[in-house]
Amino acid sequence: MKELKIQPIENGTVIDHITACNAIKVLRILGIPEGHSSTISVAINVKSHLGKKDIVKIENRELDPKEVNKIALISPKATINIIRDFEVAEKFKVKLPKEIVGIVCCSNPTCVSNSNEPVKSRFKVISQDPAKIKCYYCEREPDDIAERII
Amino acid sequence: MNFKGKDIISIKDFSKPEINYILDYSKKMVDFAKGEKYIDILKGKVMSSLFFEPSTRTMLSFGCAMNRLGGRVIGFSDPGKTSQKKGESLADTIRMADSYSDLIVIRHPQEGAARLATEFAEVPVINAGDGAGQHPTQCLLDLFTILTEKKKIEGNKVILLGDLKYGRTVHSLAYALSLYGAELTFVSPKSLEMPREVVDECKDLGVKPVSTSNLEKSIRDTDVLYVTRIQKERFPDAEEYNKVVGTYTIDNKLLQNAKKDLIIMHPLPRLAEINPEVDTTPHALYFKEAFNGVPLRMALLSLTIGGEL
Repeated sequence: MKELKIQPIENGTVIDHITACNAIKVLRILGIPEGHSSTISVAINVKSHLGKKDIVKIENRELDPKEVNKIALISPKATINIIRDFEVAEKFKVKLPKEIVGIVCCSNPTCVSNSNEPVKSRFKVISQDPAKIKCYYCEREPDDIAERII
Repeated sequence: MNFKGKDIISIKDFSKPEINYILDYSKKMVDFAKGEKYIDILKGKVMSSLFFEPSTRTMLSFGCAMNRLGGRVIGFSDPGKTSQKKGESLADTIRMADSYSDLIVIRHPQEGAARLATEFAEVPVINAGDGAGQHPTQCLLDLFTILTEKKKIEGNKVILLGDLKYGRTVHSLAYALSLYGAELTFVSPKSLEMPREVVDECKDLGVKPVSTSNLEKSIRDTDVLYVTRIQKERFPDAEEYNKVVGTYTIDNKLLQNAKKDLIIMHPLPRLAEINPEVDTTPHALYFKEAFNGVPLRMALLSLTIGGEL
């Protein structure tokens, strides 16, 4: 029998089908592990029938879908599994919210959101998969979203 | 249609019926703009004119428009003489202008500055150009010029020429002309081509713009030639600028191949891209286009802060 490299969790959240090599960025978007004391397991470049993927397992914390949806920016095919008593209690695919605030910085160096003004970066989502966003301020669409994550 | 209190930041904030309404309303302002009739529907109103970047036509025509409507203007055209020099944020400057006036007109070198201003102002904000971003009132006055000269906007063959990469007027205009179904040709040096997202927007509106670097061939069946300056101030380095400046010059020799009723427009200032010999030909519309900024801006001021005709 093939042994799992990461053990199942009793309670918490499993983020599966993360685009390969993006797990660390996913954690950064979610602001994890800040304020989290339980175990977090990260598997990178895991072989699957669709090619390589990353997996993140967060024990003893059920992530709010609204909070997790932001990761669709860099992993539009990711799925979220809420685990209770070793069973998948809920499962859903990530979906980008209409607006992304304070997560991505604008690729335009002369955009006012990159200055010292008291505003957060703000993007309108114009496409889910592939993820496409447009700066609310300068209307520029960054090509390299993954590189622009704050 | 109600525009009272509305911010004017990007041409994309307006529907085609709204644009039509503004253009029709601007026609009513022409005699007042020329000073042939008198009106004071904005008496007692104050406009803040905040120009963080140089301007001749936009600043003067906004000031003229407000004065022609009986209102008054406060503001600056040299930010070096304001508290910005001491490090004050744009947000705080806007808060001040908001408390001193009924409307704010802003030009700023950073893209998105006018949109940001709307977050800190209760009064309406009009974008008078934000870096390489939007310049909606220029776009509207350009549409107004085409409409008054050609009697319609749709169906005209329009060339947008020059700096299509950094030129904010051509970005807004390409979008607006696509709304009306004009036929678009983009002529520029390879390094200054129209950005992909602008081309995509035109396509989304059902227009298939042609991109080329050959002006002589394109000009033959064109109705409107919209010329822009290669903007030295937008280039990251002088070397890139020197490679492309002077690529295109409009002169009488080139115009021998053009239609008799071709109109040439330019947001101005122009440098060498239009030879002064063209100024006296019937093709030259750019000075009239600059005047059209007054009735158009009178219309916008009147519609946004009240006192409609």
